[in-house]
Amino acid sequence: MIGYAEELIKHGKRADNRAFDEFRDIEIKPNHIEKAEGSAYVRIGKTQVIAGVKMGVGTPFADTPNEGVLMVNTEFSPLASPKFESGPPSEDAIELARIVDRGIRESHCIEMSKLAIIPGEKVWSVFIDIFVMDHQGNLQDAAALAAITALLNTRFPKLDENNKIITGEHEGKLPVVKKPVSVTVCKAGDKLFVDPALDEEGIVDSKMALGFVDDDIICAIQKQGNVGIEYDMIDSIIDLGMRKAKELRKLVR
Amino acid sequence: MKTRTIVIPGEYLDEKRGRKLGSGTYEENDKVYSTFLGIARISENELSVVPLSGTYLPKLGDRVIATIDEVEISGWFIEMNSPYSAFLPIAEAVDEFVDLQRTDITRYFDIGDIIFGRISRVTRNKNVQLSMRDFESRKLKGGIVIKVTPSKIPRIIGKEGSMIMMIKEKTKCEIVTGQNGLVWIRGEDKQKAIEAILTIDRESHMTGLTEKIEKMLGE
Amino acid sequence: MAKDLNKELIIDGLRMDGRLTDQLRDVKMEIGTVSSASGSAYVSFGHTTAIASVQGPRSLFPKFLQNSQTGILRVRYNMLPFSVSDRKSPGPDRRSTELSKVIRKSLEPAVILDDFPKATIDGFIEMIEADGSTRVTGINALSLALAHAGIPMKDLVAACSVGKINNTLILDLNGLEDNNSESDVAVAMMPNKNLITLLQMDGMLTKEEFMKLLNTAKDACGKIYEMQKMALLEKYKGEEQ
Repeated sequence: MIGYAEELIKHGKRADNRAFDEFRDIEIKPNHIEKAEGSAYVRIGKTQVIAGVKMGVGTPFADTPNEGVLMVNTEFSPLASPKFESGPPSEDAIELARIVDRGIRESHCIEMSKLAIIPGEKVWSVFIDIFVMDHQGNLQDAAALAAITALLNTRFPKLDENNKIITGEHEGKLPVVKKPVSVTVCKAGDKLFVDPALDEEGIVDSKMALGFVDDDIICAIQKQGNVGIEYDMIDSIIDLGMRKAKELRKLVR
Repeated sequence: MKTRTIVIPGEYLDEKRGRKLGSGTYEENDKVYSTFLGIARISENELSVVPLSGTYLPKLGDRVIATIDEVEISGWFIEMNSPYSAFLPIAEAVDEFVDLQRTDITRYFDIGDIIFGRISRVTRNKNVQLSMRDFESRKLKGGIVIKVTPSKIPRIIGKEGSMIMMIKEKTKCEIVTGQNGLVWIRGEDKQKAIEAILTIDRESHMTGLTEKIEKMLGE
Repeated sequence: MAKDLNKELIIDGLRMDGRLTDQLRDVKMEIGTVSSASGSAYVSFGHTTAIASVQGPRSLFPKFLQNSQTGILRVRYNMLPFSVSDRKSPGPDRRSTELSKVIRKSLEPAVILDDFPKATIDGFIEMIEADGSTRVTGINALSLALAHAGIPMKDLVAACSVGKINNTLILDLNGLEDNNSESDVAVAMMPNKNLITLLQMDGMLTKEEFMKLLNTAKDACGKIYEMQKMALLEKYKGEEQ
């Protein structure tokens, strides 16, 4: 739609009649993929993402010899949007993965200290892969929801006496103690709104991706977009994000 | 086989029996098959299949809504919701004499302008020419453009224009439909018109669609 | 994982997942899974799940790739990192590059590209979960996505795998069977035309065994074709009136 979203938002309306502080309908399906140790399908409106967690046995980093290793990777498959291209991950895909990574890492939602197998030698590696299946706006919040849901139902693979993974057997759950969620607040002119659909994403001046942990603590921020945000608006942007984060967290199991 | 039924690619339609092959069909050993997922139309004179989906491909004579994409010395390249762009030569767009040596033709159309024109030439390699040399063709000023499934445009227009007339009357909006799957709307109550058109696009197969749209616009 | 040809995978005529030798796994097909694409489909055979989408026809750049006489079909097959037991590192590898090619070749005979000079039709297959027979599941899905995208075709393409385990001929190999098979064959067909568009074989078979398997595959492709047809009609139920 050409110029459509912009004009509506100026008049305080949205194409699908949502309120500015309203998300599209959200569907979350945990345990979507049997081959993964943890997984989730998330749909926000027509946007669809799948997160899968694979557990591996690896070596710890020198500065954290007794902690597990976390890696977040995002694939923007050209299947999901006419705008995505084949090839190495784009800037946008890497940025998205890194914001999700920060939300999880900095919130300390996984008890990394419990992921040592032989302290200093062998630890669990947690790989979170996020596949964007249908890009209709607000990938950030969908990806973060999928990642935390997948982590919450991740099981450890069983290990044999040589600490090799026994395929298909599991024991115990990944210790996940917090539920970080992301709310991306958009700004167009003097209007603030959440959960941008694709055509709305095209007309925002700027966006702020905000990560929140359970107790209203901010755990990640990324300002995006081409236009500066007025200093005086930051307060209300965070308030709006925090309010919506509480609602989203209720959906995470 | 019924005269109007959904067929899939490769599905057998009928013996050819000397009839004309319309679009969406192919023949092998005097037997006719569909190439599309679409609605088969089998009559005494012709066999054809109207696709249920698909990207717009320019056809001679089609009326399209298009956006000026590039300005050249002697005309404009036009984007029209299709894999193929079109060229609008100045002679097909402007009635008066234009001295190309001295005129910046953006005074007529500039990048981003939306126009309503007619496809006046399509070559085998899909080089497309647009013309505005008729009464209906014009620049569409203001308003907004929405995208729908190109094959749904006849549904939006309705039988003898009944559907589009109803929407225009009830919303007091100006509405122009392009066969390329774009609809231009201008007027105070365009929100309602947009909703109506998107509903037709989404639910064109539902029974009682006309009543539903009427009710929707009546509120 | 090392092949174990002696591993018992058929006991009292039943396979480890309870199937008969000539039985398909549970098949699910759905049209229109990806709203951002011109056409799309979801197909699962048991735990093997593919999503396919078609972008285009769209203009093709850089320009030297264009063919001014006809459109071209491009295909990318990809396995997601979490689709397999050992995480697959993202991005293309030699296997996925070959599969992308053979899948394209299996669909090209069906697709009519004359109407799209200079343009490209891009087909994408993502394996969400891989439990054997991924290439044929991908073909089934992409064939549906092409039809859904309104691309003209001479026929749908239906595909399945057949093979030999424990000296027994079987249909639709799952991952376990695939890993321990004496032989496996991937077949794609244009069922209405009786044309074979993909044929790949691994392992050893007598001619008799091979012909028998091919016949099983042909019957199965016919069944899969009917399921594809049902899925397409289901999507557009009610459009006739």
